Amino acid sequence: MSWLSALAAALVVLPLLLIFGFLLWQGASAVNVDFFTHLPKPVGEVGGGMANAIVGTLILLALAAALGLPIGILGGLYLAESRDARLPWLARFLADVLNGVPSIVVGIFAYTVVVLPMRRFSAIAGAFALAVIMLPIVVRTSEELVRLVPASLREAALALGIPQWKVLLRVVLPTARAGIITGVMVAIARVAGETAPLLFTAFGNRFWHQTLDQPIAALPLQIFAYAIAPYDDWHRQAWAGALVLIGLVFAVSLAARVVTSGRFTGVR
Amino acid sequence: MAGGIVVRDLNAWFGNAHVLHGISVTIAPKAVTAVIGPSGCGKSTFIRCLNRMHEVVPGARVAGSVRVEGTDVYAPGVDPVQVRRKIGMVFQKPNPFPTMSVFDNVVAGLRLGGVRERSVLDEAAEQALRQAALWDEVKDQLGKSGVSLSGGQQQRVCIARALAVEPEVLLMDEPCSALDPIATAKIEELILELRSTLTIVIVTHNMQQAARVSESTGFFLMGELVEFGVTRGLFTNPHDKQTEDYITGRFG
Repeated sequence: MSWLSALAAALVVLPLLLIFGFLLWQGASAVNVDFFTHLPKPVGEVGGGMANAIVGTLILLALAAALGLPIGILGGLYLAESRDARLPWLARFLADVLNGVPSIVVGIFAYTVVVLPMRRFSAIAGAFALAVIMLPIVVRTSEELVRLVPASLREAALALGIPQWKVLLRVVLPTARAGIITGVMVAIARVAGETAPLLFTAFGNRFWHQTLDQPIAALPLQIFAYAIAPYDDWHRQAWAGALVLIGLVFAVSLAARVVTSGRFTGVR
Repeated sequence: MAGGIVVRDLNAWFGNAHVLHGISVTIAPKAVTAVIGPSGCGKSTFIRCLNRMHEVVPGARVAGSVRVEGTDVYAPGVDPVQVRRKIGMVFQKPNPFPTMSVFDNVVAGLRLGGVRERSVLDEAAEQALRQAALWDEVKDQLGKSGVSLSGGQQQRVCIARALAVEPEVLLMDEPCSALDPIATAKIEELILELRSTLTIVIVTHNMQQAARVSESTGFFLMGELVEFGVTRGLFTNPHDKQTEDYITGRFG
């Protein structure tokens, strides 16, 4: 029985290893200094890089996190702490439904409420779409982790004469912090590779964006555009872009782990 | 009498369950009062009513009057947060904040109450830890995590944390039930030292402990205060048959 579960565990890890190995094989040759520092070259010219798309993806992720995380974490805190029965149930249900909405539909939603009123594709619209996708993941993981904080800690803090809101922000949230950050990383990793919701929000850009209300390049969009193009050099660059994207997600997760492992941590 | 705790006709509920029935008792200031009784008799609920912690539980309700050191804690307009600042509480299981150091745990009440000056916090921490008879053991480990200490030390950190806000009353809800006999002895010693400065109410399962540390004892049964009196009298010459049955070990 134990060898069977060991086999199952190996099968779980196998796809990741295969994907990573294949990306290395196909893309590593195209990852060079130019890839990180240069703009894409015009059609027909060999070389160039995806500097604008790498920066664009980082900006989109940062903006999406700035929009989605505070709302998501505070929302999760509310769901975990509320004594009311009906509203949290509804919010939880809707968050789960939102989690299941196809990302392209979220893109259409962002197109309708951000792109159309602004009359242009923009980084803001792209970040908005990504934030909407992050929200249910962040809300639900925050809620679960806040629930894991022992009631005895809340009681200890309340009995010290600390107001309820301060108990939540200074005792309960820090205790759940390590776990919430893991959830946040999952959410960021999830949206980092989203392509569909960016197609008609961030739109993509072959040049540097000037301001956040303009179309912005993003790695997934660039990978998509290059992968369906008929040029071998672009295919190589698409593979390289995918490799960089995975490396980026990996680096962000690792950094978050390092940052949170320093101080005393509560529930994980 | 202005000092101490004066309870009149206190009733408490969890939802529809009526768990305390018309408790009236006067608890002397600057003395140790023990509350004994079998599990589920309402003794924990009783002390949680004194600092308005009972109402923290969803569906819990209280009626009656409680005056602590002259203040009616259930008067309309009284902020439970202010009530709890004056009444410290120590719980059954040691519950230091796991994300905070020993030092941060001890000054948590002050710091989250708005005190910022480092010198004030340093002084308060040392004083509270000395009062909790823990200073010599942890003065070199103030930066360590509060949960890295032994159980007995953790419980004394919790006592220091409660003392740091300089309460007038200290409520202890079976503070030794999760500790070994040596740690228990230390806590009892501590209680005897603190009684000259504080009004202490201690809930305990352990009748010997009540006899060792308290001047007065109340015996609770099924949500009622069956008997209240001087500890020695209550243990040697109980007036009530139920008290006698309990302390002689016939039930509970």
